Amino acid sequence: MTTLTTVAATGALKLSWLLLVFPLFGAVVLLVGGRRTDRWGHLLGCVMPVAAFVYGVIAFFTLLGEASREQDQHVYTYIVAGHFQASVNLLIDPLSICFVLLITGVGSLIIIYSVGYMAGDPNRRRFFGYMNLFVAAMLLLVLADNYLVLYVGWEGVGLASYLLIGFWQDRPAPPVAAKKAFVVNRVGDAGLTLAIFLMFSEFGTVSFTGVFHQVPSGGNGAATALGFLLLLGACGKSAQVPLQSWLLDAMEGPTPVSALIHAATMVTAGVYLLVRSNPILALTTDARIGIAVVGTVTLLYGGIIAAAKDDIKKSLAGSTMSQIGYMTLGAGLGPEGYVFSIALLLCHGFYKAGLFLGAGSVIHGMDDEQDMRRFGGLARFLPVTYVTFGLAYLAIAGIPPLSGFFAKDPIIEGDFTEHGTGGWILGICALIGAGLTAFYITRMMLMTWHGRRRWKAGAHPHESPPVMTAPMVVIAIGSVGAGGFLIVNDRLQNFLAPVVGVPPVSHGFFTIAGGVAFALALAGIALAWFMYGRVPVPETPPHGNPLVVAARKELYGNTINEDLVMRPGQWLTRLSVYFDNRGVDGLVNSLAALVGGTSGRWRRLQNGFVRSYALSMLAGGVVLIALLLAVRL
Amino acid sequence: MSPVHYLAISVILFVIGAVGVLVRRNAIVIFMCIELMLNACNLAFVAFARQHGNLNGQVIAFFVMVVAAAEVVVGLAILMAIYRARRSASVDDANLLKY
Repeated sequence: MTTLTTVAATGALKLSWLLLVFPLFGAVVLLVGGRRTDRWGHLLGCVMPVAAFVYGVIAFFTLLGEASREQDQHVYTYIVAGHFQASVNLLIDPLSICFVLLITGVGSLIIIYSVGYMAGDPNRRRFFGYMNLFVAAMLLLVLADNYLVLYVGWEGVGLASYLLIGFWQDRPAPPVAAKKAFVVNRVGDAGLTLAIFLMFSEFGTVSFTGVFHQVPSGGNGAATALGFLLLLGACGKSAQVPLQSWLLDAMEGPTPVSALIHAATMVTAGVYLLVRSNPILALTTDARIGIAVVGTVTLLYGGIIAAAKDDIKKSLAGSTMSQIGYMTLGAGLGPEGYVFSIALLLCHGFYKAGLFLGAGSVIHGMDDEQDMRRFGGLARFLPVTYVTFGLAYLAIAGIPPLSGFFAKDPIIEGDFTEHGTGGWILGICALIGAGLTAFYITRMMLMTWHGRRRWKAGAHPHESPPVMTAPMVVIAIGSVGAGGFLIVNDRLQNFLAPVVGVPPVSHGFFTIAGGVAFALALAGIALAWFMYGRVPVPETPPHGNPLVVAARKELYGNTINEDLVMRPGQWLTRLSVYFDNRGVDGLVNSLAALVGGTSGRWRRLQNGFVRSYALSMLAGGVVLIALLLAVRL
Repeated sequence: MSPVHYLAISVILFVIGAVGVLVRRNAIVIFMCIELMLNACNLAFVAFARQHGNLNGQVIAFFVMVVAAAEVVVGLAILMAIYRARRSASVDDANLLKY
């Protein structure tokens, strides 16, 4: 168990606000400048994240040289209200610097790729503005030193995701998908909001140092409640079951968006939240079991979907859901798993971005065709993409010595040692997931790159321009080497030790669980080859088997959401509208009718006859005198 | 000396005047009834002045007469204007200010 003690930043780290200002400046100039910035907008949009990456590297090496690796830089005092204070302070520590390098590094590469991918789009400048906004918000999220500013970044990335999913507005599907993403995320955000409220009411502070120091004295109930609420928040942002339905629809956005936001960075924000809150989770076994269960369910759920979808991006989205399930599972294992969760997160950032950029290259080369049943035999036509995609494929399948093997197997190993017999069930599910991962990604590989050509008439696939292939090559290097670099010699483990603690048992690389996982991965690859490599891929999708149909319909996730949540909500709103119209409005209207009716009767006194007025005056005078006499007597 | 008889006459005159205001249709007759009510009040004031033995009531009676005269002037002027516009002196015919 660790507590967070920070020192004020010194030296180069005092300028860490540049990390936020660079992309934010880019976003503001591009979005406020408007069409005047169209000609050079994409260049500014690329330069800013690269500048942030350069500073990130400087900050990283500066941090390595510091005595204390948890540095806090005050930027702006946001709220001061009596005893409560929340400031925009940037926390530079090993965990946040890892994320900074991932976001700015992979983000810069993907943004450079977008110069080529979005070349024909008239709204390209707006795209770069939104991407810079996203980078700024995500950096705010990981650099915040208190939960409130983290929440600001959390909402900012949700906004950027909404804007980017719904980027193409000429078709009806993208805006609908953007709304769906936002609304489902909102449900998770309610969990995070309640967690912040609970922190404030229990501890009087929402800063990391304050909360982590006080949470042991808060009692078990508070820690468990916080754990589950933070899990709910993480489920929304990271598309874990039960809030997973938005991720596949989010593929309506352009492919660079899917690569950056819905694979490498934004969807990992939930995992960041859980790992950052590890002192809270250390006190509550229940929440950790809950997190592990959610992760396991999601990794199988995502894998099943990925194995059944024909659209290449939706299959990759299912894969992302599944891999983040592994990360969430790792975060539920306690100090055993945090390091490997982050290692998998970083490796996944590389190889999933590589897969998505490769898919984007294929889509770009096949004239916006996304159905894998219309691909086939592309290996010769897009060679660079084929190689980078293939390296990412080997990485995600878990073939040593590429990164997936190093990152995923320790999580599976950790399942069997943590949480007792329940852990064995989770471990077996994780092993099945490893085989499933290899199966679906091999299926994708075979359907897209090998086999007979099932192209549409008039398709002539071509390799992408260098502005797109160069980032893919750099990311492929990361896919290959990141895992080994992080895990061998316990490098990442030692680096993150001040933040998450040290795992109790060190396993080494070639463990039984790891061996079984590798064997299952090979079995998955073999099965996919039998089903898709040896026999020609049918051009019409299968429709007989109910299990296949269920998997293609995302295991009826949308139907469940509709029937359980949407329809009761609709009924509730209709009831409220009815009550408002008839009940409340009726009350107010009847009051007005009463006044109107009464006045309608009274005005008949005003009949224009002077003599009746004279009679009224006389009657009034008589009444007055009678009253006076009655009082006197 | 007891003013009871004088007050009785005053009340009778006042009531006759009030009833006349309410019942008669001709505007000039209504004015005359108003004059009758005012003179009934004068009679009551003078009777009380005699009872108290000072002249306050008689002075008030003078004031009342002046007011009555002024009022008649204004009222008859208005009546003349209405008659010229409407060719009728009946108060029932001037009934346009209604709902």
